[in-house]
Amino acid sequence: MTAYIVRRLFATLPVMAVVAIFVFFLIRFAPGDPAAIIAGEDATAEAIAQVRMKLGLDRPVLEQFAIWSLQLLQGDLGISIFSNLPVTRLIAQRLEPTLALTLSTLFVAVALAVPIGVVAAWKARKLVDRLVMGFAVLGFAMPVFVLAYILIYFFAVQWRLLPVQGYAPIREGFWPFVESLILPSVALGVTYMALIARITRASMLEVLAQDYIRTANSKGLATDRVLLLHALKNAAVPIVTVIGIGIALLISGVVITETVFNIPGLGRLTVDAVLKRDYPVVQGLILVFAGAKVLVNLVIDISYAFLDSRIRY
Amino acid sequence: MFKRIVAGALALAVPFAAGQAMAQEKVLKAVMHADVRVIDPIWTTQTIANIHGMLVYDTLFGNDAQMRPQPQMVGKYEISPDKLTYTFTLRDNLKFGDGSPVTTKDVIASLKRWGAKDGVGQRLMSYVDKMEAVDDKTFRMVLTKPYGMVLESLGKTNSSVAVIMREQEANTDPQTQVKEAVGSGPFNFAKDQWVPGSKAVYVKNPHYVPRPGNEPASSFAGSKYAGVDRIELVWISDSQTAMSALINGEIDFVEAPQIDFLPMLEKARGVKLMKTGNLDSTVGMIRLNHLHPPFNNPKARQALYHLINQEDFLRAIVGNPEYYKVCHGLLTCGSPLANDGGSAMLKDYNPKKALQLLKEAGYNGEPIVVLQATDHNTITPATQVLVQAMREAGINVDAQAMDWGTVVTRRAKKDPPAQGGWNIFVTTTGGVGSSNPVLHTWLGAACDKGLFGWPCDAKIEELRNAYAFAQTDEEKKKIATELQTRALEQVVYIPFGQWTVPLAYRADRLEGIVPNTGLAVLWNIKKK
Repeated sequence: MTAYIVRRLFATLPVMAVVAIFVFFLIRFAPGDPAAIIAGEDATAEAIAQVRMKLGLDRPVLEQFAIWSLQLLQGDLGISIFSNLPVTRLIAQRLEPTLALTLSTLFVAVALAVPIGVVAAWKARKLVDRLVMGFAVLGFAMPVFVLAYILIYFFAVQWRLLPVQGYAPIREGFWPFVESLILPSVALGVTYMALIARITRASMLEVLAQDYIRTANSKGLATDRVLLLHALKNAAVPIVTVIGIGIALLISGVVITETVFNIPGLGRLTVDAVLKRDYPVVQGLILVFAGAKVLVNLVIDISYAFLDSRIRY
Repeated sequence: MFKRIVAGALALAVPFAAGQAMAQEKVLKAVMHADVRVIDPIWTTQTIANIHGMLVYDTLFGNDAQMRPQPQMVGKYEISPDKLTYTFTLRDNLKFGDGSPVTTKDVIASLKRWGAKDGVGQRLMSYVDKMEAVDDKTFRMVLTKPYGMVLESLGKTNSSVAVIMREQEANTDPQTQVKEAVGSGPFNFAKDQWVPGSKAVYVKNPHYVPRPGNEPASSFAGSKYAGVDRIELVWISDSQTAMSALINGEIDFVEAPQIDFLPMLEKARGVKLMKTGNLDSTVGMIRLNHLHPPFNNPKARQALYHLINQEDFLRAIVGNPEYYKVCHGLLTCGSPLANDGGSAMLKDYNPKKALQLLKEAGYNGEPIVVLQATDHNTITPATQVLVQAMREAGINVDAQAMDWGTVVTRRAKKDPPAQGGWNIFVTTTGGVGSSNPVLHTWLGAACDKGLFGWPCDAKIEELRNAYAFAQTDEEKKKIATELQTRALEQVVYIPFGQWTVPLAYRADRLEGIVPNTGLAVLWNIKKK
């Protein structure tokens, strides 16, 4: 197993290199010029050219790539063109809100979706099952931002139970921290919950039809034991796979959620950096996202071995 | 064990105590039109960088709401009878946020940096022979010609304000951003708490010395004081969230609420809207490329006047007539220099005539490339109205959709439209700048040294220069009328109206709001 993990970690290096090259050139060849944005509305072409020269954006693209690659090899993601701050600092500032939002969403979604998926499978084709599947279809069809505005309108503006926007770091107190995450987690988590509930139900239905489940029931085991210990563990591999895929969905979902709820996370940083053509920030963020995705995949692959003893690496 | 328990209790108590202290602080939470990403108001002309600049830095003069320059850091000044020598003496005890005194070395270095970068500063500096320190508090500016806009330029309130920095920052190349923002303004920038793209924090500057006499605030003039302990400029990119947060009381002030939400804000309990006057408006402009056919011909440019019904544009952008104004002049309507010179052509809305004039100017149905921004709350609908009007008139339009960032890059291209250039783009400018022929850079016609579209007309430039040397108000008005007539003949741009966006704030919490004339004024606001 250790050799497998080490091998997989080494395999991430070429993946990251390809991502780095792709992102660097893609953003350089996209239209837009940070110098024009910095110089401002009333800047002449001459003034823009001067800014571009100072930022080194007038140099050949390959030369710019070589400079950036050397910095990257030394662990330096560069300096933001606009704020003049290191990209690592900007990412570090935004990491906590995004991690908090992602983990709380994951927690809410998994904690609710797996049980309701199990119940739906257990009560297949009955009213409970149809309600769960109805919720799943609705949850999947509802855009995150629509649900977000509805939640804000009722829970924040009308009933004043929760804040409209913002993020309270945990150091400012546990309740403000939780309070600031409830609406965003629910808004972001509903789609994800629908996905996991559907997969859990489908996977459980397959397992519940197996002979060993019938045997367990015949032995007179309690229903909860049969469902949780015998069925759910064996149905877990596809569920865990979907949770892994869902983390990638969450990364794209946080962009919208962070914007609507004004959470200063990595998603908003990405959108702002792309709109402003802040090249070093965009490059750094994509590398971080790619690295996170590779690591999540690795964790999921490793978890298979624990969930299914037939899988060996 | 006991020690560990005490340490644990203290660890829990400290954040609580800090929270209590924070709770006693008077904090103004303001949502601005953009996020503070750049801390150098000279390096960029971005409005938000200048709003940041005016919290942190002070200026020698500040123009008031009537655009009259009033002394700010300057205690007294003298102008020689030949109007060639200005002697300025700083007020007593001026200090930067770090406690160091403000001296004429700082002032001269700052003015040189500003004069090397800003258009208005460059114009002023082109008439400056020398600037010399008499002592630590007094300096002289000697001109080569009796330029009439020295004080007005030093007190300008739109973009690239002539802020005074410490000498060490002012010596930075103007093409490079300064690394620290330390000024002698009412607030200090808390750089360690800055989260670019989210929040910029300012704390009261204990060393700030306001103008004596408790002069009433009027735009950048009057006695400034820090009305709160801390200002947080919060960036909420989603307008609906910003509106909900204001209604919910999570924020105190919204600089530019989206026009669609004004009816809801008008009804919200505790929220008040403040109209900020004629000068603090946005002016819509259609810019044509003078380098390439068909708009290298004045007749073709003038043809487009007959396509523009300003009401159509203003209804699409603003909707509520309370907030917009039809304006056929190039100098801000409602400003002292507004006039009717040359505007008759703009009042004749006649699409058939437009096409006929275009054909007479040699237009044969070639595609007209319009840069169509898709992500701007006013420029996007204005461009859609323009494209539709052109199509209905029978003009072959190639509307190229792109984000505003791409428009900003693309408009700098001088290539022919078929090779990546353009014919038309739509933009906006501020009413304060466009109320003055010298400050209004889009009115210029300096050929390839001018702004995108590159109008080229020696007479226009001559009149702008003449304005800068005019000595009386009558003379200024006469030149302004002549200038507008000539600029409309040449079609430096086509105006499509003027609108204002009111400020929105929690009236149950704030008092002392100063109406804008240019940049938002956040000093003097008190929290109840």
